[in-house]
This record gives sequence, C-alpha cells and structure tokens, in this order.
Amino acid sequence: MDVPALFLSLRLAAWTMAILLPVGIWAGRRLAWRRFRGQSLVEGLLALPLVLPPTVLGHYLLTAFGGATPLGRLYEAVIGRPLVFTFEGLLLASVIVNLPFAVQPTQRAFEAIPSEVREAARCCGMSDWRIFRRIELPLAWPGILSALVLTFAHTLGEFGVVLMVGGNIPGETRTVAIAIYDRVQAFDTQAAGLMAATLLLVSLITIAASYSTADSPGRRRG
Amino acid sequence: MAPWTLIRGLLCLAALLAASSPAAAEEVPAVAAAADLQFAAREIAARFEAETRREVKLAFGSSGNFTRQIEQGAPFRLFLSADETFVFRLADAGKTENRGDLYAVGRIVLMVPRGSPLAVDPTLTDLAAALRDGRLKKFAIANPEHAPYGRRAEEALRAAGLWERITPHLVLGENVAQAAQFASGGGTQGGIVAYSLALSPAVARLGAFALIPEARHTPLRQRMVLLRGAGPTARAFYRYLQEPPARAIFSRYGFALPGGLPGGR
Repeated sequence: MDVPALFLSLRLAAWTMAILLPVGIWAGRRLAWRRFRGQSLVEGLLALPLVLPPTVLGHYLLTAFGGATPLGRLYEAVIGRPLVFTFEGLLLASVIVNLPFAVQPTQRAFEAIPSEVREAARCCGMSDWRIFRRIELPLAWPGILSALVLTFAHTLGEFGVVLMVGGNIPGETRTVAIAIYDRVQAFDTQAAGLMAATLLLVSLITIAASYSTADSPGRRRG
Repeated sequence: MAPWTLIRGLLCLAALLAASSPAAAEEVPAVAAAADLQFAAREIAARFEAETRREVKLAFGSSGNFTRQIEQGAPFRLFLSADETFVFRLADAGKTENRGDLYAVGRIVLMVPRGSPLAVDPTLTDLAAALRDGRLKKFAIANPEHAPYGRRAEEALRAAGLWERITPHLVLGENVAQAAQFASGGGTQGGIVAYSLALSPAVARLGAFALIPEARHTPLRQRMVLLRGAGPTARAFYRYLQEPPARAIFSRYGFALPGGLPGGR
C-alpha cells in the first residue's frame, strides 16, 4: 500500500475542491439567473471536459506549459520551478477537468430557487450579500455539496491527464491511481489489489453520499 | 453541516496538507530509472538508504518517455537510461551535468508464460513455426518507439526474419516492465523482455525464458547521468551505483558491467 500516494491524492482533491468551490458557486449562480449572449457557448465550454479524452487536455497542457514553450519558461522564471511534472501542474489539470462537476450541480441548485423567495427577501430590506448568505446559499447547499463530492471522487480517479502532465514521480505526482498502475508493472499485485480495493470503497462511499444529498433538496438549513 | 463551516474546514485541510511535503521533496531527489531496473535499482536503493541514511525516490518508465519529460522540465535529478543515446541527446540539449557514465550492459530474453504452446528457444525458430501454424496469437514487446528494450526486441525479430509476419500479433507495453507483465501474465503466448526482469523471483516463477544471442541486436549500453540541479544525495547515489555492492547486484540481475566483473562476487 502506497500511503504517500494516497495522501497525495487527498491533497490534490482538497486543493481542487478549495479552488473550485468559489468558482463553482460564482459561475453556477451567474449561469442560473442571468441570461447573456453566448451563454450556450460558455456552458458548452464548461461541459467540454466531460466528453474530451483526458489525453487531449494533457497534450495541450504539455504543449502550452512544457519547459521549452514561452509560457512554460515564463512560469518557471516567476515561480522558480516548472509547471509540468509538478504538483501545481497536476492541480491545474485537475481544476480544468473538474469544472463541469463543480459548476453543473451548483447551477441546477441555484436554478431551483424560486425568484419569489429572493424578491421577498429583498422586500424585507435584506442586502444582496445577506440574501446570498442567509437564503440562497442554504437553499443551494445540497447541490453545492454534491458538486464537491463529485469533484472529490473524480479527482481521486483521474488517470490519463495525471500520467501525461505529471509523470510518475513519488511524493510529487504519483497519485493513488498512478500508484496502482505502477505496482502492477512492478509485479506487486498484492499492493495493487489493496489500493484498488481502497479506491473502490472510497468511490462507492462518495457516490452514495452524493446521491443521498441530491435526494433531499432543502433538507439542510444553514 | 453548515456551508461556512465546511468551506473553512476545506481551506484549512488544503493548507495543512500543503505544508506537509514541498520542503521534504527537495531533500529526497527523484531518480528516473529505466523499467528494466525495476528490481535491481530498488535493491540497490534499499542498500544505499540503509548504509547512508539518505533517501532517493525511484520512478520507473521507458527511457524515451523520461527523456521527453526531462526535456520538458520534469524535476528529476538523476537519469538511469537503458540506452546511452538518450543520455547523449539530453547532454546535447544542456540538461545534464556531463555525458555521464556507462553502468551496465543489458540483454534480452524470449519469455514464455506457464502453459504456453511456445518453446523457449533462443534462436526463435519455434516462434517462426508457431507463427506459421497459428499457435501464436499475441506476442508482447515494449514499444520500440521510445523503449530501448522494445527497439532491441524489434531488431532481434528482424534478424530472425519475423518482423513483418509478427507485427499483427504484437502487444506493445509502455515500457519493458509492462511488456514483461504482458509476456508472463498468460494473456500472450510470450514476449521479448529484459533479462534483468526475467531473473527476478517475482517474474521467474511465472514462466520460462531463454537468452537471445547478443549478435542479434545492437548492445543495450545503459548510461546514467546527473541532471542539472542534482544535490549531494543524488551525487552520493550516483557514486554508489558504481561501487562494488551495487555492481554485485547489477551482475546478479544479469547485467554485464563496464570494466569487468564486480569485486566481492
């Protein structure tokens, strides 16, 4: 059992969720209520990672941020280390891949809030920020929670893009999904089996959790 | 759970987990090792760690893939290639400290899993017969595009005049360890893999193998090199790989060594 790989996956998932939570809430809320020109295009772009093979994204990240490209060199000059084959590179890939999982459930949750509720709150003299905190967020919460759970599960399971932009560096880019692949090649089927079972269990629990939050809209109040 | 509690908790968790590793990562150099070293390098690293109390992180893969990754800035400090041309390519690109050292010469074997209808014969004559009579369904080698052992397997198959006929039956491993996995796992009737892998107990019990004559392929001159940014631990490991205990392990895994036989064994 490759424990550092498991922790690396959890760290990646935590960071992905931390970044996508505000992004998901902002984008989901905006897409739910304000129609604008080119909205379908934006929604399509956000959904693209669902159908795009991860290797396509991996290829573009490598060609954009590889050590020999201007963007890659700029990043390295500013940050002091390259983006590809590092944890930060994985995080960028993970955030992009998980965009639809973070935005779509959140958008549906905001769409489900009746506009009368918000208008009533405004009539009572509540400020926009207060309406957001006290009314919208608690009502949309089950959707946001299921977005987070899906993001978490999906990050743990991501393989192709991680292998392409991360390689297989222990403690840096070897996530638990890569570690399974690595253990199989090392003829260590026992460790591979143990890690596969762990991932299966974790994924099962998170998916079950996401269905249970989706089934009970509005049950939780902030 | 209230939204704000979770948001705060998540940020704390991310920060906490973030603090846990980058500092340590600098101290422990990442070593890119050709997949044929899967067992030998692990053993040497374990000895090195026990003797010096310093740690290295080993990553295994095909030498061609590592070369591409290092060219693109992958933070490896030491590269153990299965083929010296990759080391020279990196040296010419200014990614290495020098042109490195030869540390071993590898060999290839015909590997046949238990219960395979294929005979274990070093001249590949039964392989030719199996191709004719349909006994051969799938045959595993590493990807010749970027894996040195795959390229040598292709050369040996070409030398035997089998390449064109065997191509439709080939299963390509991403590196030679995966090819060995395919060749010994029973999904194929056999494969051409690294001698060093076939000699390891984990693989040897899965099948039988025969050493393919050296004359049938260009030699697998395995060269290692320190990459730019290598620190004291990477240097110490580089020296250790050339010392008698490491040479003894390389020799046990079937590698021919530069400068003759190792001391002590």
